[in-house]
Amino acid sequence: MSQQLTDVSGAPPPPLPDQPAGRPTRRGSGRRARAEARAGLTLISPTLVIVVVMVVLPILWTVSLAFQNIRLLNISTAGVFGSYSFDNFEGILTSGGFWVSLRTTLIYSVLGTASAIGLGLVAALALRSAFRGRTFVRAAMLLPYVAPVVAVTYVWTTMLSPQFGVVNYWGERLLGWDNPIAFLSQRSDQVSLFGISVSLPTALLTVIAFEAWRSFPFAFLFLTARLAAAPETLEEAARVDGATPTQRFRYIVLPQLLPTIAVLSVLRFIWTFNSFDDIYLLTGGGAGTDVISVRVFNALVARGDIGAASAQALVLAVILAGMVVLYLKRFARQEEQA
Amino acid sequence: MTAATDVDRQAPSTPTRPVARTWSRDAVETQVFRVLRRVVIAFLLVITLFPFYYMVLLSLRPLNEVVQDPGALWVGPSEVILDSYDSVLAGADEGGQGFLQFMRNSGVVAFSTVALTLLVAIPGAYAVSRLQFFGRRQISGLFLAVYLFPSILLAVPLFVFFTRIGLRGSLVGLLIVYVSQIVAVSIYMLRNYFDTIPVSLEEAAAIDGCSRIGIMRRISLPLALPAIMANALFVFMIAWNEFLFALLFLVEERSRWTVSLGLSQLAGSIEIPTTVLMAGSVFVTLPIIIIFFASERLLTEGLTAGAEKG
Repeated sequence: MSQQLTDVSGAPPPPLPDQPAGRPTRRGSGRRARAEARAGLTLISPTLVIVVVMVVLPILWTVSLAFQNIRLLNISTAGVFGSYSFDNFEGILTSGGFWVSLRTTLIYSVLGTASAIGLGLVAALALRSAFRGRTFVRAAMLLPYVAPVVAVTYVWTTMLSPQFGVVNYWGERLLGWDNPIAFLSQRSDQVSLFGISVSLPTALLTVIAFEAWRSFPFAFLFLTARLAAAPETLEEAARVDGATPTQRFRYIVLPQLLPTIAVLSVLRFIWTFNSFDDIYLLTGGGAGTDVISVRVFNALVARGDIGAASAQALVLAVILAGMVVLYLKRFARQEEQA
Repeated sequence: MTAATDVDRQAPSTPTRPVARTWSRDAVETQVFRVLRRVVIAFLLVITLFPFYYMVLLSLRPLNEVVQDPGALWVGPSEVILDSYDSVLAGADEGGQGFLQFMRNSGVVAFSTVALTLLVAIPGAYAVSRLQFFGRRQISGLFLAVYLFPSILLAVPLFVFFTRIGLRGSLVGLLIVYVSQIVAVSIYMLRNYFDTIPVSLEEAAAIDGCSRIGIMRRISLPLALPAIMANALFVFMIAWNEFLFALLFLVEERSRWTVSLGLSQLAGSIEIPTTVLMAGSVFVTLPIIIIFFASERLLTEGLTAGAEKG
């Protein structure tokens, strides 16, 4: 009703926000559309300027820097017109350290993402039905995600300390560990289980555990929201038909959660692949946890080698973009088939 | 028809079946999951809360006791000491760690980030949500890309750029970087909320002779206030917790350290007792926890709104 009243001139009503752009302008609304476009651009332009100047241009500049031989010392002479070469990329791709680091980054991202989503799923399912104090428990679940990363990494390092860490103290007394475990400074450890001795990358597994602990709330939040939207009648019908809890989960609940899990996987993977804070603060990139973002930081700050830092950051971004595109393509195809 | 008659025929035999299937797979699974659920909830509570409990615990104990008895999980009320808190807050000239100064820096940066981000993001989000203009979709796409973009890749050029123009080491430089990185996600969250406000309300105001600015100020803004509050808290938390750019920009200037940076830098030193730095950790974490519990519902909705596909 209000729509008809709006337009005194008898022209069509103003566009609804959901309408796609590029809507054909009809006679009589041209001036209004122009005024609206002007207002829109005016309102968005401050943001646009900030984002272009502080994000888009710097990224383009990184590309330029990656092809130049620039160090922090000769930065004042560096400009857009320098001598360009592939030296930085050659140096990176032929050094063994980069490939080891890439492998570490991949293992860290895949296992970190998977365990965070897995733990988030378990938490979401466990807290699904109401009980007394659920609101508090749900809020508590989110603490690792919102707490400052510097504070929680400091607590973790203290807890895991081989000298006076509470984990090693109780591990030796309750779990019968022979020696304190240097969780964050030991590259690998022999673990014998049922007579079979395997070598585990201690520090890498610890940072993966930290990643799972820190980001499972994110997955928990989304999966809880999705579970709340799942219609109960479906599960009720399955229960009446005699489906057991595992069957109901496998055939009713999980299929509804899969799209959410897919989105979460992409988001978490992107963020874990680039994450710098966690590993830098926990191990400083030592003991076999040298992920690429920490290498970029070290090249930039410790060695002042801007060219190498840019080139590695660029390689990181390209690999990431490639993987995300591949994933989305596969995912989109599956959607079409379904 | 036939199905109905089948049911009728089977009906007399059904009462006996539940008795025969007491230990069916269904019953076993239900029992197992009932127990398992409690175990899982207890486990989750321990892993999420214990690190924070341990943080507070260590900050209240004297260092020599922590070294002697590292496994203690409780501190008696009589043994509580607050020396660590005094020591961490006191300025460097008084032999303390100067966390009061760090918190002031963090507060200035975080509050300014919130104010500037909202100032820019609210009109932007309104435009993206409500107005048709050339390039609207591309701009939305650009913002999403910025949101997902690796900050480590931006770290290199911004570090170089701010070194060159001499703004590295200043809180203003840091502020600009924060706003530029947060404004995209802020617009994304706010836009989703503006989309849910019925257009008809604004149209009614337009009939009554309200200008575009008037509509925004009198209709859209008050309606979007919960979302704006959630957004403000979200931005505050990001700015307060941020570490990488604070490290890159401010590390040489101790007087300008943010509280996160201060904690991370002092954590590497052997001379400062762990208990003192635990008190520091409490100060870093406390504002976030207070904000979080005061606005948990607002914030969870805001978080999901921001990252959900729009």
